[in-house]
Amino acid sequence: MEDRFSHSFTIRGKHFIDAGKVSTEIKRLLKELGVRADIVRRVAIATYEAEMNVVMYAKDATVTLELTPRDIRIVIDDRGPGIADIELAMQEGFSTATSEMRELGFGAGLGLPNIKKNSDDFKIGSTVGAGTKLEITVFIN
Amino acid sequence: MKSEFRSIRIDIDKCQGRMKCLRICPTEALRVRNGKATLLGDRCIDCGECVLQCPNDAFVPQTSSFSDFSSFKYTIALPSPTFYSQFGKGVRPSTILRALKAIGFDDSYDVACASESVSIAIQEYLDSNATPRPLISPFCPAIVRLIQIRYPNLLENLIPIESPMEIAAREAKRLKMHELGLKEHEIGAIYLTPCPAKMIALRHPPRKKHSFVDGVIPISDIYPKLVSALAHSDDSNGAAEVRGLGLGWSIVGGQVACLKAEDAIAIAGLTNVMRVFDEIENGRLKDIQYIECHSCPTACVGGSLTVENPYIARGRVLRMVEKYGSEPCQDRQKIRELYQKNFFSLIGTIAPSPVQPLDDDMSRGIQKMHKRQQIYDMLPKIDCGACGAPTCMTFAEDVVKGDAEAEECVFLTMKTFESMSTNLLEVVGKHSKRIHRGIER
Repeated sequence: MEDRFSHSFTIRGKHFIDAGKVSTEIKRLLKELGVRADIVRRVAIATYEAEMNVVMYAKDATVTLELTPRDIRIVIDDRGPGIADIELAMQEGFSTATSEMRELGFGAGLGLPNIKKNSDDFKIGSTVGAGTKLEITVFIN
Repeated sequence: MKSEFRSIRIDIDKCQGRMKCLRICPTEALRVRNGKATLLGDRCIDCGECVLQCPNDAFVPQTSSFSDFSSFKYTIALPSPTFYSQFGKGVRPSTILRALKAIGFDDSYDVACASESVSIAIQEYLDSNATPRPLISPFCPAIVRLIQIRYPNLLENLIPIESPMEIAAREAKRLKMHELGLKEHEIGAIYLTPCPAKMIALRHPPRKKHSFVDGVIPISDIYPKLVSALAHSDDSNGAAEVRGLGLGWSIVGGQVACLKAEDAIAIAGLTNVMRVFDEIENGRLKDIQYIECHSCPTACVGGSLTVENPYIARGRVLRMVEKYGSEPCQDRQKIRELYQKNFFSLIGTIAPSPVQPLDDDMSRGIQKMHKRQQIYDMLPKIDCGACGAPTCMTFAEDVVKGDAEAEECVFLTMKTFESMSTNLLEVVGKHSKRIHRGIER
């Protein structure tokens, strides 16, 4: 049998009520496998930040989780406004969040840098007017 | 799997397999196999929901009874602050403490006052430790266990301070050793508990040293005796009244009310607690200072071993706090000094105790997860529980682990029958046509 598990989830934009569900679900799966607690935490934080970005800015997104005995790979592919200047967006403190989002405690401009910080490998690609694709990899050992 | 002590035992003879426990167990720790409930010990957090819900009283709390303490030279009853809320309107805590001595305990010792000192210690800890945040209260044993098995990342958020129960037991024993010249092992400290989970705090104390509490007796067991003792007692006794905000520790928000921290919140009920814990693990709520957590939705007054309706009890606690709460029972400065001397510190660390993973080997675990998903996709996903597992997902997992057979799902079996009978009808149809043709010829 192949030692690979993959599963897809959907995130809907503006659905603040569901925000965090996908990262909680992924976290649950990792705990069921007995993945080390500190690794679970890094994946949880990275996924949650990415999920919140979708909820705040995009129409929707497909999240694909791929687990192997070596690594955890999460791809978040959204349909949304895209990011014009990725380099700028990766800087701590830069944010395009509205005052409402800030009111909810988001938009500190730490999202993307935080995702990168908690990943072992991080890729980002974006097309303005089409969407953004993040690839997060965290090694298991 | 190492088998740890759990505070709840299933009486197989009483269990009639009614499945109520299956549906309410918040950690999916129960299965009904061959018509009887079984407990998956590694998942149980001793919350006591099953004790409350079972129509046949098949869940037996592993608490103590009065006779277990006959070997002690001297016994001290330590009633949980919940205890004061169980009796009629206006019965004073001091009267209750005195009545306990009339029913066979050599002495009684108030725990509400210890709760006040612990509150001061929490405040000191909050003021002198900037991280981590939020800090989580460690006083509900079911919550501590939930963190040990499901949220090991949050163990560092548990505030390392001893429970009022321990502090009170230690103090009560110390005073009596001094006063009567007894040795520690000659004095029995007995906690009157609102829930079976407190037993865990005794049997598996997070600290290195043993617990100062020698046993716990359910409030519901003491209640009838105490009601009759109270009927014969005089409420206008001259004893000093129990005072302070510690009296409110048995209700939701009781701990927070004792703190000066602005960003302290109280959460009750396991579903709510788990939602908040998930948020903390996602890196949220760092601006919250302290979280008071209760496994029971109405906190300790709603424990499975209480007698009074939790809402009535809550009302009584609120009135008690109003009446006796404003005046503290402890000298704040003195408690601060004790805090500095580590009087309240929890010695030792609370270790993680994760649920058994799908497999000890990561590779095989991933294969099993894949297989589980395949099985789950075939299931009806209505979580009917007829198979004896609480959800279709847990059933799929049980099948993968070899603890259940796919055929135990009535829907899968019905599908098999359906396809079998369709085949059968086809075969019968074909043959009967041939036979008919034979007759016609």
